[in-house]
Amino acid sequence: MHNKTLVELAAGLHSKQFSSVELTQAYLSRIQQHQALNAFITVSDELALQQAKQADEQLAAGNAGPLTGIPIAQKDIFCTLGVKTSCGSKMLDNFIAPYDAGVVERFNQAGAVMLGKLNMDEFAMGSSNETSFYGVVRNPWDTDCVPGGSSGGSAAAVAARLAPAATGTDTGGSIRQPAALCGITGLKPTYGRVSRYGMIAYASSLDQGGPMARSAADAAILLQVMAGFDPKDSTSADTAVPDYSASLNDSLQGLKIGMPKEFFSAELDGSIAATLQAAIAEYQKLGAEVIEVSMPNLNLAIPAYYVIASAECSSNLSRYDGVRFGYRCQNPEDLTDLYIRSRGEAFGAEVKRRILMGTYALSAGYYDAYYLKAQQVRRLISDDFSRAFAEVDVLLGPVTPGTAFKIGEKTGDPIQMYLSDIYTIAINLAGLPAMSIPAGFVAGKPVGLHIIGNYFSEQRLLNIAHRYQQATDWHLQVPKGFA
Amino acid sequence: MSLTADDVKKIAYLARLGIAEQDVDNYVKDLSDVLGLMTQMGELDTKGVKPMAHPLDQMQRLREDVVTENDQRRHFQSIAPQTEAGLYLVPKVID
Repeated sequence: MHNKTLVELAAGLHSKQFSSVELTQAYLSRIQQHQALNAFITVSDELALQQAKQADEQLAAGNAGPLTGIPIAQKDIFCTLGVKTSCGSKMLDNFIAPYDAGVVERFNQAGAVMLGKLNMDEFAMGSSNETSFYGVVRNPWDTDCVPGGSSGGSAAAVAARLAPAATGTDTGGSIRQPAALCGITGLKPTYGRVSRYGMIAYASSLDQGGPMARSAADAAILLQVMAGFDPKDSTSADTAVPDYSASLNDSLQGLKIGMPKEFFSAELDGSIAATLQAAIAEYQKLGAEVIEVSMPNLNLAIPAYYVIASAECSSNLSRYDGVRFGYRCQNPEDLTDLYIRSRGEAFGAEVKRRILMGTYALSAGYYDAYYLKAQQVRRLISDDFSRAFAEVDVLLGPVTPGTAFKIGEKTGDPIQMYLSDIYTIAINLAGLPAMSIPAGFVAGKPVGLHIIGNYFSEQRLLNIAHRYQQATDWHLQVPKGFA
Repeated sequence: MSLTADDVKKIAYLARLGIAEQDVDNYVKDLSDVLGLMTQMGELDTKGVKPMAHPLDQMQRLREDVVTENDQRRHFQSIAPQTEAGLYLVPKVID
């Protein structure tokens, strides 16, 4: 049952091969069996079985929605009414969300069953899931390795078949990088495509939610539910949502693929480069034409990102003050002591680093040199993409500089950790949609292929990913012990 | 570009963020390294480039000034650390 696609699961439910309660129980027992991965922060088994029972009634009555009775899991960054929403932090360890996020509401309306809340880097700040207050998540392909981050629990759960699909969020690569390291399919939509309402904010001009699944076809079904205008999100895009599954099989004849030469420089691991070349050759067989393009300002994406993200983080996280919700220190002496100790005791080291960095970058006398400069660099990077998309339909490249690294390998050096996002963060600065799909293995660990499209081209990206997955079987590989 | 222990303590106070005395040196090193990375941007001439604050250069959307939410004070305050008579409680500010 746990190797079925979303379409197969829906068919099984509709033809009464199995009930939603049976399906949900099967997944709950797999979650229990593989607790050692630490993919979940909260398993909402009671709620899940209650939702499954309702789904079975709807299925019997013949008024089922697209995902009725299908279990999914939510990244613990999305607020869920009545269920703990921790965002991977001690700060929100006692936070029972008083409302549902826009994304959660949409899944509820579509009839989905929520298995639980997935582990993540604290406040989505990390590239390895090691900054979580709830401990590191293990990569199902090699349990001594990280799953990537920040949506590490989502990627590990989907790869290990603990959930058929999950949600993630991507501020600098947090859907695509763990998808690559765990060998699954992840899609970061265009900024504004998916509602940010109730999605705990890290860097508001970069944050975007999206689907994490085992195939492009499944990701299309999830995105169909997630995408659309939300008046409660002030930057939500009021743009029509196409049928993402309708064009999955369209021909790639004449597709113009751009290869940014800066993505294939000497710093890229040789065996990863070879894996990607093979994927690109596969696309040529499918009728695509490959053109080299140049994006001269990409090398400044990391510094620009860390200024902007830290600045927005320091501002967003000022809401955690120990007054209205979340952690409060014991016996505060006065109001200042209450703020300083509540925040000091409940935030982890990486979150503190980014708050300090952002506070510094925004402080008097440094604003122009850091924040303003970063926003100008952001414009130049975005212009690089616009120039490329005047020539080509999509860009292909690596998602990560290497495969999954060992737990603890990069925790001592923040700069090394930041460099894990070197290929993904420019896309967030520009606000573009992009995917990571499995493209092979190096020494038994998965390698992701990055497909980057122009604004609101998710339909085309899913089509390009799906055609590759029809021609190859990398996405069908299962980590040992999880079949 | 490097920071001093005093700089880090001053920034931490601005952010009302407690950091342990024994961690200050680590923050000095890490933040100085990150600042070094950030100063790479100085190499690029950005004179006349319009800063980009929003990826789609969107303007803030406006809506009609009408009531759209109900009062949920009791519901929202049920998760607060300390409340009384509908108010959030903090340590005494004025004697």
